[in-house]
Amino acid sequence: MIVVLEQIFQVGFLAAIIRIATPLAFATLGEMFSERAGVLNLGIEGIMLLSAMTGFTATSLSGSLWLGVLAAVLTGALMGAVHALFTVALGLSQHVCGIGVTLFSSGLAYFLYRLIFGQQSVPPSIKSFETLPIPVLSDIPVLGPAVFNQFSLVYMAMAAVPLAAFVLYRTPWGLSVRMVGENPRAADSAGVGVIATRFQAVILGGALMGLAGAFLSMVQFNAFTFGLVSGRGWVAIALVVFGRWDPWRSAGAALLFAFVDALQLRMQASGLGHIPYEAFLMLPFIFTIVAMAVMSRNAVAPSALLKPFRREER
Amino acid sequence: MSTPAPLIEMRGISKSFGAVVANEAVDLSVAQGEILGLLGENGAGKTTLMNVLFGAYAPDAGEILVQGRPVTINNSADALAAGIGMVHQHFHLAPRLSVLENLLIGIPGKSGRIDRAGGLARLAEIGRQHGLMLDPGLPVSALSIGEQQRLEIVKALFRGARLLILDEPTAVLAPTEVDGLFSALRSMAAQGLGIIFISHKLNEVRALTHRCVVLRHGRVTGRVDAPASTTSSEMARLMCGHEIVPPAKGPSSPGAAVLTLDAISTSRHSGMALADVSLFVRAGEILGIAGVSGNGQRALAEVISGVLAPDAGRMTIAGKAVSRFSPREVQALGLGRIPEDRMTTGLVTNLPLADSMVLPRIGTAAFSRNGLLRPDSIRAFAEAQIKAYDIRCPGPMTRAGALSGGNLQKALLARELAFDPKVLIVSQPTRGLDIGAARFIHEKFLDMRARGCGIVVIGEDLEELLMLCDRIAVMYEGRIVGTLDSADATIARLGLMMTGVEGHS
Ligand SMILES: Nc1ncnc2c1ncn2[C@@H]1O[C@H](COP(=O)(O)OP(=O)(O)OP(=O)(O)O)[C@@H](O)[C@H]1O
Ligand SMILES: [Mg+2]
Repeated sequence: MIVVLEQIFQVGFLAAIIRIATPLAFATLGEMFSERAGVLNLGIEGIMLLSAMTGFTATSLSGSLWLGVLAAVLTGALMGAVHALFTVALGLSQHVCGIGVTLFSSGLAYFLYRLIFGQQSVPPSIKSFETLPIPVLSDIPVLGPAVFNQFSLVYMAMAAVPLAAFVLYRTPWGLSVRMVGENPRAADSAGVGVIATRFQAVILGGALMGLAGAFLSMVQFNAFTFGLVSGRGWVAIALVVFGRWDPWRSAGAALLFAFVDALQLRMQASGLGHIPYEAFLMLPFIFTIVAMAVMSRNAVAPSALLKPFRREER
Repeated sequence: MSTPAPLIEMRGISKSFGAVVANEAVDLSVAQGEILGLLGENGAGKTTLMNVLFGAYAPDAGEILVQGRPVTINNSADALAAGIGMVHQHFHLAPRLSVLENLLIGIPGKSGRIDRAGGLARLAEIGRQHGLMLDPGLPVSALSIGEQQRLEIVKALFRGARLLILDEPTAVLAPTEVDGLFSALRSMAAQGLGIIFISHKLNEVRALTHRCVVLRHGRVTGRVDAPASTTSSEMARLMCGHEIVPPAKGPSSPGAAVLTLDAISTSRHSGMALADVSLFVRAGEILGIAGVSGNGQRALAEVISGVLAPDAGRMTIAGKAVSRFSPREVQALGLGRIPEDRMTTGLVTNLPLADSMVLPRIGTAAFSRNGLLRPDSIRAFAEAQIKAYDIRCPGPMTRAGALSGGNLQKALLARELAFDPKVLIVSQPTRGLDIGAARFIHEKFLDMRARGCGIVVIGEDLEELLMLCDRIAVMYEGRIVGTLDSADATIARLGLMMTGVEGHS
C-alpha cells in the first residue's frame, strides 16, 4: 500500500493521469455540448475512432501533425452533422441513429485504413508531437514537469474547459443551447432557431470528439489500431451524467476517472502479480458504475434530451 | 379623409390541420392603444389564429399587415421583429433557468457576452412602468403561476412588442391576481400598445376590452363594438349560435353520507399538507371546496382519490372504511375522479383517446380477459361515449393530446360517469372551457346530484361554486376554516374566509 501511495506523488504518475484525462475531457465536453442542446450522441465511440484514423492518415501522408489534427476535427464535425441531420432535422430516434453512426464510422475507419495502408507486418506509425514545456511553470517541483511539460493538445484540453464554461454560461449562443435543451418551444417563441442551434451544438460536440480521437492516435499511441478507443466514448457518456452536464464537473469527472485508471495501471505493474491483471482493468469501470449510481440520483438531465422538435405539433 | 392604418391587420387568414379547418378567411385588426377581445368556443380556432400571427404556424392563405405594410412572418423571430409578442396558454419558459436567462434568450449580447447589466436595467424599468416586478435571480421553477405569466409579459415588452397577444391569461390566475394583470394591461394600452385578449370569462371581457371579435368554427361570426354595454348572454349567443340558459338547480334532498373524512392529516406533500381535515358529503349533494390554490386542495384531492395515504385520520366511502389508500381501492368502493391537470394526470396525451378513456378500469372484465386487452370493447366503449357526450374528434383512435381542452374534459367526465360513481371528486372542472361546454359540465353534475351521487368540487371560481354547490367549505393553509350553506354564502364572505378568517353557517 505504501508503495502505491508513494507512486501517486511521482511525476510520472501525475503525467499519466493528465494524459489519460485529456481525450476523455475532449470527448466529455463534446458529448456535454450535444446533450445540453437536447441531443444524445451515441455516435461518440465511432466518431472518435474515425477521427483518430483520418488524423493519423493525414499526418502520415503529409507529415504535418497539425494537418492531422485538423482532419480529425473536420471528421468529427462532419459526423456530428450526420447525426444532427437524422436526429435534429428529421427527428429520428437519437438512440438508433447514434448507434448507427458508431457502427458506420467504425466500419468506415477499418475499411479506409486497410484500403490506404494495406496489411503490413509492422503497423505504420508517425512521429508524435513533442512535449512543450511552459517556461517558469514547468520548473515547479513535481507538478511542473507533470502538468506543464506536456503536449500542445493537452494544453488545449486544459483551455477547453474554462472556454466551454464561458461559452455555455456567458454567451448568448450558450444560453440558446441551454434553452433548446430545456424547452425548445420557449427558444422558438423567443426567436431562436431551434434546429440551427441544435445542429451547431452537435457539430461542435463532434469536433471535440474528433480532438479526442486525434489525441489517441497522434499523441498517446502514435499509431492507429482497431482497439484504439476501446470504450472511452461510452465512458465519456457516463462522465457527462457524473458531471451533471456542467463543463467543470465533467472535466473533474474525467480527471477522477483518469486517476483510477492510472492507479490500476500502476497496480498491474507493481508486484501485485498474483492477481490477474484483468481484475485491475475492471477498476475504472467499476468506479464509473458506482459513481454513476451515487451521483446520478440527483442529477437532472436537460428536460428536452431525446425529444425532437417539430413546430406545428402539440 | 383617411384613418390611420391599424397597428396590425390580418386579412383572409386560413389554416387547416389535415382535414380540420381551424381558420377560414379570418379578418382582424387592432389599433394602437386598443384592447381587442377574441372570443369563441373551444376549438373555434383562436389559438391557431394567434399562432399564425406569431409565426408559429404558417397560414395556408391570407396576409398580415403591420401599420399598413404587408409583412412576411415565417417564424417567431420575424413576429418579434415586427413588434408582435405572445403569452401562450402554456407558458414557454425553461423552469431550471433563471428569470434573467429566460428573459435574455435570443437577445444578442454585448461584445460576445450575455448583457446581464443591460437586462437587469430593462427588467427593473419595465417592472416600474407597469407594476410587473420580478426577482431576476430566481429559477423560474420557484415562481408562482402568476409570476411566470408576468415574466412572459415582460419578455414580450423587453423585445419591443407593440402588440401583445394573451391566450387565456386569466384561466390560470387566482381572482386577486387577475386585478393586477388587468391594471398592467390597461397601463400598457394607455401607452399605445395594442393588446389581443382571449378569455372564456365574459365578465372579464366586458370589463377589460374595447372591442371584440367572435370566432366560430374558424370563421368570424360576430363583432362587438361596445363590450361594456353588451350583455354576457348576447355575447354567448354570438359564440355558440344559441342562447345559454343557466341550468336549473332543483332543491336538494341529501341522503346518507357517501364520503367522510375524519381528522385527516398528511405530511411530506410537495404542496401544502393537510392538518386535521374533517368533512362529509351526502348522497345527492354537491360540496364545494373554495380557497386560493396552494392551500392544500391538491393534497385533499389526492387523499380522496387514494393517491396519497394520510398520516392520521380515517376516511370512508359509501360507509366502508378505506384502509390501503390506493386508487384501485377507492375506485372499487365507488369513487370517480377528474383530476386538475387534464394533460398530465388525466390522460396519456400520446396514446389514442380510447385507451385513455378506459385507463382507470383497464383491468376490469369489461376491457380485458385472461390478461389480454379486448380492443373491440375498448373501442366500442369510447365510440359510445364520444357520441353520448358529443366529443369533437376524428375518432376514438385520435391521439388524446390533439383534442381541445373542452373536449378533453368531456372525455374525462364521460369516462367517470359511465360507471355510476357514488362519489365524484373534481378539481377546476371548467378551467379553460367555453361557456357552452361549462354549462354542459354543470348540467351533468346536477344530473348526477339528482341521481344520488355525492360530488366534491374543488375550485377557485366562486361564482361557479355558488351556482353549483349546496354547501361550500373553505380551505386555508391546509385546514378547513369553515363550511357555509350556499344560501348563507356570498362572494364577500367566502373571500374573507379564504384569507383565514373562520366562519360558519
Ligand atoms: N397542432 C395541431 N394539430 C392538429 N390540429 C390542431 C392543432 N392545433 C389546433 N388544432 C385543431 O384546430 C382547431 C382549433 O384549435 P384551437 O386550439 O385554435 O382552438 P381554440 O379556439 O384556441 O380553443 P380553446 O378555447 O379550447 O383553446 C381544433 O379543432 C383543434 O383540434
Ligand atoms: Mg386556445
